Amino acid sequence: MRLINRRPGRGAGRLLSLLPFAATLVAYLVASALRRAENPDDKLLPSFAAFGEAIRRMAFTADPRTGDVLLWLDTAASLERLIVALAIATAIGLVLGVAIGLLPYVRSLLGAFVAVISMVPPLAILPILFITVGLGEAAKIVLIVIGVAPPLVRDIALRVGDLPPQQFIKAQTLGASTWTVVWRVALPQILPRLLDSLRLQLGPAWLFLIAAEAIASESGLGYRIFLVRRYLAMDVILPYVAWITLLAFLMELALLALQRRAFPWFAAARAEA
Amino acid sequence: MSTITIRNVWKEYGDLVVLEDINLEIAPRAFVALVGPSGCGKTTFLKMLLSEELPTRGVIELDGAPIPREPSVERGVVFQRYSVFPHLTVLGNVLLGRDLQAGGVRGALFGRVFGAQRVAAEKEARELLTAVGLAGAEAKYPAQLSGGMQQRLALAQALIARPKVLLLDEPFGALDPGIRTDIHVLMRKLWHERALTVVMVTHDLSEAFKLGTRVVAFERRRNEPTDGGRYGAIIGRDIQIWPTRVAGVQQRSDQISASGRDDPLPQSEQRRDDPALNGAAG
Ligand SMILES: Nc1ncnc2c1ncn2[C@@H]1O[C@H](COP(=O)(O)OP(=O)(O)OP(=O)(O)O)[C@@H](O)[C@H]1O
Ligand SMILES: [Mg+2]
Repeated sequence: MRLINRRPGRGAGRLLSLLPFAATLVAYLVASALRRAENPDDKLLPSFAAFGEAIRRMAFTADPRTGDVLLWLDTAASLERLIVALAIATAIGLVLGVAIGLLPYVRSLLGAFVAVISMVPPLAILPILFITVGLGEAAKIVLIVIGVAPPLVRDIALRVGDLPPQQFIKAQTLGASTWTVVWRVALPQILPRLLDSLRLQLGPAWLFLIAAEAIASESGLGYRIFLVRRYLAMDVILPYVAWITLLAFLMELALLALQRRAFPWFAAARAEA
Repeated sequence: MSTITIRNVWKEYGDLVVLEDINLEIAPRAFVALVGPSGCGKTTFLKMLLSEELPTRGVIELDGAPIPREPSVERGVVFQRYSVFPHLTVLGNVLLGRDLQAGGVRGALFGRVFGAQRVAAEKEARELLTAVGLAGAEAKYPAQLSGGMQQRLALAQALIARPKVLLLDEPFGALDPGIRTDIHVLMRKLWHERALTVVMVTHDLSEAFKLGTRVVAFERRRNEPTDGGRYGAIIGRDIQIWPTRVAGVQQRSDQISASGRDDPLPQSEQRRDDPALNGAAG
């Protein structure tokens, strides 16, 4: 049988998907054990016991100075920035994307502009942000918005354009105004697609968040990682990275679940198109 | 009474002449079947009747007044595909024609009818769904329907807006022959019952002669490659069906040709096409 026709069974499939995770883990354990055999004080690849100790310290012990538990403090600060920024970017993406996708005048006005703006590397204008809006929360949120909103706008505009033109004609023959075409025809069909684009933008959003926190912040997951880097504290950095990854993954899952629950028609409609 | 008058209509795309000096007067409640070779401009013609495209020259009038320059409620449409909305249930799709015409600030804002009006609209939508043979499928989404059921839904959806003119672009072109026969019966019934002027594009000549009161054939008289698109299609034939079919007057000959069987019409309404529906209803 050709390779393209050979499929793993259910159990085998599960096992296969676990394999890379297990392999990474084993590789780490071996490398860590080798290094520590050479030098028991090695900081680069700490043992799992060291991780456990660091996690206990960061996640379950209050800081003696401030009384805060650092991991939760950092997580709350980072998530707040991320979620506020994503909400703003989503609102911009929806409003501009639908307008550009649906209204020829707005497309003429903004289409090229958004295309150019989305090419500006957000990190390159981070200094400008720090100069203009200061080092506070606003700069970090604005950075994420600037990084994430333009691709969202473009993606949503494209997806509105991909809706069959017959639908817009049909809606007009049923008495729709421009606004009710937006509200009853375009928006409800764009929302599940928006969740897809949002999922794809989670990676960049985290990237910009951590970059901004690394440069100017007093809290946040990115801030902490870059702070403890000075002490080569891999025992803290690696669990933080794992935690960030887990958070991003859970957000992805949540968006997927939301898409399935809120838009039950979507999977079949997409499969048909 | 919805007379459509097409006067000296040309359609050109750049250098390509698609339709050349079309003149046609369509009587109220006529059922015009439009046929012609592929690419001769049938869809283009229908798009102009719909105001999806505007004529390069000439005028199209509905009851003596030029048609609006954008699609409007007096001209309903069913396409071969994408006529129904995938995000709305069957009932929601039909209700949409009422919803989008809702009055008042709230109606205009939400594109929805509320309260007693909604109850009435739902009742009407359900009746219409029963009429097209979709009773029991109200809660399904279009993707769960067969092709024939989707086109029945598209008909119901178009009709709830009470158009004067119904425009159909190969509406049954993608359906199996058996299903097509059933939906022909439905189409004829709807044409008889409602004050509709129908213009239907079709590739199927037998369908054209079976349903139409009049068959109009577009043709390109000159189609030499050297002409380079300088000549468009014209009306090659314009055939009045005889014996004359009159909307609202059902004839025995209709029934036989419609169902292909000798059943009286009401019984031949019974659908055979959609096994999924039987499951839903039962
Ligand atoms: N937007 C457009 N721009 C340029 N040419 C077009 C456009 N729309 C249609 N045409 C051309 O007009 C001609 C008629 O097209 P139309 O779709 O009306 O044909 P049709 O009779 O509906 O064909 P079919 O039976 O295959 O559906 C074709 O040659 C087509 O290439
Ligand atoms: Mg066509």
